[in-house]
Amino acid sequence: MPYPTDYKYTKEHEWIKADGKNATIGITAYAQESLGDIVFVELPKIGSEITAGKSFGTVESVKAVSDLYAPASGTVTEVNGELATAPEKVNQDAHSAWMIKITLKNPGELSSLLSAADYEKFIAEEAGH
Amino acid sequence: MKHMTRKATRHVSQNEGLIFEKSSPGKAAWKLAPLDVPEVDAAKLLGSAARKDLGHMPEVSEIEIIRHFTRLSTWNYAIDLGMYPLGSCTMKYNPRVNEVVSRLEGLANGHPYQPEKISQGALRIIKTLSDCLTEITGMDAITLQPAAGAHGELTGLLITRAYHQSKGNPRKKVLIPDSAHGTNPATAAMVGYSVENLKSNPQGMVDVAALAAQMDEDVAALMLTNPNTLGVFEQEIHKIAEIMHAKGGLLYMDGANMNALVGKVRPGDFGVDVMHLNLHKTFSTPHGGGGPGSGPVAVKQVLEPFLPKPVVITKPDGTLAFEYNRPMSVGRVRTFYGNFGMFVRALAYILANGPDGLRQTTEDAVLNANYIRKGLEGVYDLPYSTPTMHEVVFSDKLQQKKGVKTGDIAKRLIDYGFHPYTVSFPLIVHGALMIEPTESESKEEMDLFVEAMKSIAEEVQEDPQMVLDAPHSTRVSRLDETTAARKPVLRWKPGA
Amino acid sequence: MRYLPKSPADREALLKAIGARSIDDLFAPIPAEYRLQRDLKVPRQMAESEIVDWYRERSRENGDGYATFLGAGAYYHYRPVIIDALISRGEFLTAYTPYQAEISQGTLQSIFEFQTMICELTGMEVANASMYDGSTAAAEGVMMAVRLTGRHSAAVARSVHPEYREVLATYASHQGMPLSSVGFGDNGRLDLKALEKAITADTACVLIQSPNFFGTIEDVAAIAEIAHRSGALLVVSIAEAVSLGIVEPPRQSDVVTMEAQSFGVPLGFGGPYCGVIATREQFVRQMPGRLVGQTTDKSGKRGFVLTLATREQHIRREKATSNICTNQALVALMANIFMTIYGKIGLRELARQNLAKTAYAAEHFNKHARVLFSGAPRFNEFVVQTSEDPYAINARLLGHKIVGGLPMKKFYPELGNAALWCCTEMTTRTAIDTAVAMVAESERSLLAGKEPETEGVAR
Repeated sequence: MPYPTDYKYTKEHEWIKADGKNATIGITAYAQESLGDIVFVELPKIGSEITAGKSFGTVESVKAVSDLYAPASGTVTEVNGELATAPEKVNQDAHSAWMIKITLKNPGELSSLLSAADYEKFIAEEAGH
Repeated sequence: MKHMTRKATRHVSQNEGLIFEKSSPGKAAWKLAPLDVPEVDAAKLLGSAARKDLGHMPEVSEIEIIRHFTRLSTWNYAIDLGMYPLGSCTMKYNPRVNEVVSRLEGLANGHPYQPEKISQGALRIIKTLSDCLTEITGMDAITLQPAAGAHGELTGLLITRAYHQSKGNPRKKVLIPDSAHGTNPATAAMVGYSVENLKSNPQGMVDVAALAAQMDEDVAALMLTNPNTLGVFEQEIHKIAEIMHAKGGLLYMDGANMNALVGKVRPGDFGVDVMHLNLHKTFSTPHGGGGPGSGPVAVKQVLEPFLPKPVVITKPDGTLAFEYNRPMSVGRVRTFYGNFGMFVRALAYILANGPDGLRQTTEDAVLNANYIRKGLEGVYDLPYSTPTMHEVVFSDKLQQKKGVKTGDIAKRLIDYGFHPYTVSFPLIVHGALMIEPTESESKEEMDLFVEAMKSIAEEVQEDPQMVLDAPHSTRVSRLDETTAARKPVLRWKPGA
Repeated sequence: MRYLPKSPADREALLKAIGARSIDDLFAPIPAEYRLQRDLKVPRQMAESEIVDWYRERSRENGDGYATFLGAGAYYHYRPVIIDALISRGEFLTAYTPYQAEISQGTLQSIFEFQTMICELTGMEVANASMYDGSTAAAEGVMMAVRLTGRHSAAVARSVHPEYREVLATYASHQGMPLSSVGFGDNGRLDLKALEKAITADTACVLIQSPNFFGTIEDVAAIAEIAHRSGALLVVSIAEAVSLGIVEPPRQSDVVTMEAQSFGVPLGFGGPYCGVIATREQFVRQMPGRLVGQTTDKSGKRGFVLTLATREQHIRREKATSNICTNQALVALMANIFMTIYGKIGLRELARQNLAKTAYAAEHFNKHARVLFSGAPRFNEFVVQTSEDPYAINARLLGHKIVGGLPMKKFYPELGNAALWCCTEMTTRTAIDTAVAMVAESERSLLAGKEPETEGVAR
């Protein structure tokens, strides 16, 4: 499964696509596969602040809840309303099923994230355990 | 001449619908005695508060209700049918004399506020059970008010907090082993404590060095289950208690696994300050499909003033009474005195056993678990080789190689006529199979269980799909839990 | 011991298979200094007949055969016999929590029906599968409002059951949650002006009970309006479930918490009972307790499962909506069967009889003493204020094997010699007439300056 090269990735399996001062955030194909059928996504309200490395919401499967960790800090400008009624979109295409859009507080934070190639290496190691 | 029986559809008993689907105006299962006082006009008496109608409440006859619920009951597994190998649930026999005595009129129809003069029977039951349970646990005082284990945990932590508060510092956190039941951290959060995880050592027990490092004056208590959820007795328990007490902390014990201890050892003797019991586990009160339970909390004398009120006291004239004047009490955790009906049952169980029966029960529980462990060693991966008591935890490591997980094995066990063991818990074992037979299982039943588990292990090697698609023999199979969570349908609607 | 299915030979065989010499080997992990060397000091083992005899004595000592006028959160209604016949079936009684759906469809389908009927009766959209009791349900309902609004305090009516308020105080104090108390007016209803003053920007909810502790039905619409106007939620607690047969449910509330004991659960000296929470669909993810949902299996057959489990302790652990695990399933089944037996017409008729008995009693008490709060409608409870201490009157009634109304001074000292009386369909006219006569005699004596005969004050 090719990971989009214009995205950056975290070790907690979120992706972020930056566009100048704005960014779009979601979870990776690997994440949705580990979670199984996603039944609910809990996202922050527009206007709330998120902080890099801290939880900004949760994603639920039938038997588990996982925190969503912010790849970067910023203010939420848009929330993907489709996911409220169709959370399965994340399973179907995790890389297009974006969750939130933010204005970046500190675009420099992105440089410490993983590239597509690094992320693919990282998950290959994890899966090997 | 060929005579064939033709049937339009299968007999409904195998496809019993919802009671609302049988409802029809004019059917009734009730009849009230005539009024011996004048009739009233509800609309006049209640005005705008009068109800217009009762919507889609059903109207059915008595026989339809009897058939409906009888048919439904045949779709349930139950202890009366066979073993439940569920770890830490202690699914033992629910004695029927317990049911009979709880229905004696004076007890069944006693109102909790009736005068103490005519409540001596209930008070004596409460006192006798309390005395037995403090003796069994080796503690000094007890409350029977909490309605279940989790409720008992809440009460125990409230008492802990009140104690620390009385010393000037309520403290901030509670230490909880990573093998603990989910109610433990949930309860700590409800009481306003933050939770700090305590890692287990390679033997599956508390890492005593880690505990010593994490223990400080901000820690209110350690919530310990002993034996733990792996069925292993914490052999360093006296060191654990010492570490806690040296810095003024309390040792809380989750008593879910008391079935390994009754009559053989007492938590109060090995340093526990406060603990809860589960009457619906160790003391045979029925599970009833999910409750009612009862979660008494036993404490050492230093914590006695903080118990919920009221407490039972003996008056100078020898009669029993409720005492409400308890200024340091944490307050109430529910109305009245607790799940009294469960006290009646638990005490009947203790009386039926006596000291020798209780001890024999514990010995048989531990004997049974070790027999099953021996039978399945080598067939399933045993992550910890530490001796176990009344329950044992295997993992699905060997079967995962064929893509079969603990949940699948559990579903296949249903085809062999058993209820599954506890799946995927404790969390420290990946792919856990947690098995507790209890003392109520005969050698025959356990041999059947071991044979079934061995057979499934073979199926995993030879025909894994058979296991992955299980169960095959039930009325419904592999219900869609995903859709149930994505688009919840939580009630029947007309026209549905 | 007769519950243990093992012969000595069996035990030998098991030990041999394990490779242990004796059972003591298996208890070796317990440090020697803690192993008990003596018998537990509990009563000796009894035969079944002895157990029954022991309990029969306790039953005799417990007011067997007395008529009662007590209510106050626990109500004496007739229990149709098929309830016990059905719940005593081993498949219901001895079944585990329905986590394994395929072999628990009996339990799951009955809970689904229970949830449906609670919605129909309360006017809410979703209901859970039971909480411990009405008091803990009310406390959890308030906690729900706190999570939903992000606000931290609650305004609680003084006319809510005093023990419910105590339980809420226990739960709230450790969450650092301030509670304000709102008084009642001369008609026994929540004082609306006092309520307006009590609500702040940090009020998560208003908690009321209707019918309230005095039996009076609250003006739910007016209270809801005040609460909602300030962004607070309305939580309504219902202690007498039978009232739902004839009293309009609190449709304007956001959360309804209930005690379903009146629906076929024995008084049982206070428990086990059956709490329930019902709410609007939009709030379901913040509702604690188990939920059963309808679904289909792999062949498209209808079935039922526990759902939205991610709210619960076994998954979310410290972030769970509540720590509740075991609930009150068997008692909920009793309530389920009761609601099914009475149904659409029977529940109303049952409630009407309660109303009639109470109206008769209140009217006759009022001829001799003072029945309070008559300015608002009531269901099956009322408050009688007498010149004499109600304990003394009750002591004399006890001699007639009648338990009089609950003296209220310890809960509401400002009401003086007041007692709370409850009449259900089980209360006979004879009992009412006897009690009224006793009160009449008491009033006459006091008026004439004579001391009435006392038997000694009970409690």
